[in-house]
Amino acid sequence: MHLAYPVVLAALLFSVGVYGVLARRNAVLVLMSVELMLNAVNLNLVAFDTWLRDSLHAGQALTLFTITVAAAEIGLGLAIVLLLFRARGTADIDRATALGDPAEPFAEEAPAGAEALKGQAAA
Amino acid sequence: MNLALPVLVPVLPALGAAATLALGKKAPGLARPLAIVPVAVSAALALVVALQLGTGQALDAATRLTPTGGPDIALGLHLDGFSSLISVLVGLVATCVQVYSTAYLKEDPRYPSYAALVSLFTAAMFLVVYSGDLIVLLVGWEVMGICSYFLIGHHWETEDARSASLKAFLVTKLGDVPFLFGIFLLGADAGSFRIPDVLAAAGDGRLGHPTLIALLLLAGVAGKSAQFPLHTWLPDAMAGPTPVSALIHAATMVAAGIYLVARLLPVFLLSGAALVVLAVMAAVTMIGSALCALAQDDLKRVLAYSTVGQLGYMAGALAAGDREAAVFHLVSHGAFKALLFLAAGVVIHAAHTNSISAMSRIPGLRKRVPDAYWTMGIALVALVGLPPFSGFFSKEAVLTAAEHAANGEALTNGLGPASAVPEAAGWIVLISAALTALLTAAYATRLYLLAFHSPATGAAAAAASGAEHEADAPYSPELDEADPATAEPAAMRWPLWVLAIPTMGFGIAGLRSDWLPALLDGGSLRPSAVTAVIGTGLAVVGVLAAYGAWRSATARLTTGRPVPAGTGRVPEQAGAPAAEVIVADPGRTLLGPLFGPARHGFGVDRLYHALFVRPVAAAARLVRFLDREVVETYVRGSGAGANLLGRAVRLAQTGNAQTYLSALLAGVVLLAVLVAV
Repeated sequence: MHLAYPVVLAALLFSVGVYGVLARRNAVLVLMSVELMLNAVNLNLVAFDTWLRDSLHAGQALTLFTITVAAAEIGLGLAIVLLLFRARGTADIDRATALGDPAEPFAEEAPAGAEALKGQAAA
Repeated sequence: MNLALPVLVPVLPALGAAATLALGKKAPGLARPLAIVPVAVSAALALVVALQLGTGQALDAATRLTPTGGPDIALGLHLDGFSSLISVLVGLVATCVQVYSTAYLKEDPRYPSYAALVSLFTAAMFLVVYSGDLIVLLVGWEVMGICSYFLIGHHWETEDARSASLKAFLVTKLGDVPFLFGIFLLGADAGSFRIPDVLAAAGDGRLGHPTLIALLLLAGVAGKSAQFPLHTWLPDAMAGPTPVSALIHAATMVAAGIYLVARLLPVFLLSGAALVVLAVMAAVTMIGSALCALAQDDLKRVLAYSTVGQLGYMAGALAAGDREAAVFHLVSHGAFKALLFLAAGVVIHAAHTNSISAMSRIPGLRKRVPDAYWTMGIALVALVGLPPFSGFFSKEAVLTAAEHAANGEALTNGLGPASAVPEAAGWIVLISAALTALLTAAYATRLYLLAFHSPATGAAAAAASGAEHEADAPYSPELDEADPATAEPAAMRWPLWVLAIPTMGFGIAGLRSDWLPALLDGGSLRPSAVTAVIGTGLAVVGVLAAYGAWRSATARLTTGRPVPAGTGRVPEQAGAPAAEVIVADPGRTLLGPLFGPARHGFGVDRLYHALFVRPVAAAARLVRFLDREVVETYVRGSGAGANLLGRAVRLAQTGNAQTYLSALLAGVVLLAVLVAV
């Protein structure tokens, strides 16, 4: 089989994953998209392992390794999503922006600071 | 001679000052002994040193203090008759003042620091007197200045005292800067800062710029000794406690400038121009200050202006080339002026006012302070210069010196040729000194009559007006909470009589050439017949004129005739009691239209205010504006700029993980494209 088929398939899978990560709003679907990207990588690993005829089969070994890590990762991720849902009643990733730094109006505190400086200087 | 003795003289009061400062607060009982004992022991040691040194001797000892690359600075002693005499005077006055202060500042919570500063001042003055090195002398000179600053500001609660201390400090420093350069130039020209070397260089004519050196030094002398352009600090310095005025601003520190010129007189004799400048300075100072003294209402200001004038006498004697006469007058003046101030302190405590017009309304003041009354009389007679008292002999010595200088035969006593003193200097000093003798007599008489002898015309008015000083008069009172009933405790009475002895008798020392002159340069201090007659005659005329003016003014008051405008009456103050406050002030009659300007020191203060204070204040405002508005704008601008940038960066921080990831992906793609292409 020609190498192009699995590689193109992997690229498509990865693109779908990227799209899902960047565009989906449900956190569970974002996690699933991450799985898609990982599996695209796994597909590549297996395909190149076969194509290069690696006697040690490092690609397959690494694939198994990735699957293990992905399983752990998805478990952890789903637990976080579950907690998020319990706390907020939603798994919508767009609304989980508590770590953001919204621009506050800063004009109102500046004159106060200047007054304090003047007062110190006068004293 | 054992060198430890003269070294101990300045060291003891300095140690006493440190001990008083350290222990004064913790052990108040120790403050008084710690203040008096070191100073008294120093005074005794100074006397011992003077006696051991004897007449006609000089002692020089020096140890190199620090190598400088140029002329070395040495820790040197130079003892001769002049330093012995003045150190004994300093010791005597300082001891009297310390004893007097224990009673005068009895209730003062800051007495320990006061006593420590007086001790430190005494140490510094001894250092100046004994020092054989100009730089070490300068150290003592500046320590005296700072002590003076602190002591004038002793009552720092009052605005007057604060501004007076600042003024004294700034004005004397204004003179000290040229003085420092004068010392540098002198040291560079002579190749040494040691006084004997400098004098030797002056004798050999090795000084390159004698006129420049002399003028630079004169600036410092004018500042310290309150001579004409820089005299304005001294009358204001009276805001300090009265004993301080007696010690520092009458007897010793202000005489340091005179002492320095006397020490370095051979340098000054090299420059006729500097002597003429000194003569003019002295002449303007004496006449101006005597006129001012005649118009002052504040007892201490009268004495302050009188001090300025008497220092002018000493400067005049130096301008005439006779340092013996100058130092003779310095010592006799030191004694009687200290006595005047200490007596004034007693009177002020008793009257609770500094104003002599207010004192004149207090009935029976002289009965309450008999000792002050008598000793002040003695000192005033000495100040006027009537025969048996010390002031007569010393003032006549000055007049004689001026007369000789005017005839071209100045009494330089071997320090230089008689022709070194220009005749013009002699004439200037002679005429102004004679005129000042007249004015001195007038203001001394006025002071005495007004303060003690006014008829109790206004017993009622006095009761009504209390102790109000005249409204338009410059007035520098000190805080005074003493009990008038105990105005003359023993500790304040005895110093008066101790100082009265030299006031009465010291003048005799100049009569025989193997007494005082042998200690100094060996010239004659005997008054010459012409000047003695002129001087005494003028003094008597002055006394009589003031007495006559006082009698006529008093007579006008008592007969109830309308008082001519501007004579003897005070403009009514708003809200003053209906009874007119009337004082028979002979000064108004004698001075006529000059009275107003003289009362305010001929507007010199106002002139300086317009010429120097306001430009400096304007410059300060400009700097403030530049700092506040220009420099600070940049500072604030940098802050605001960083803030704006921060706001721009914050826009990216939405908190949406997908946005971050999109940006990350875009960056990765961009980098990949860049690497690939």
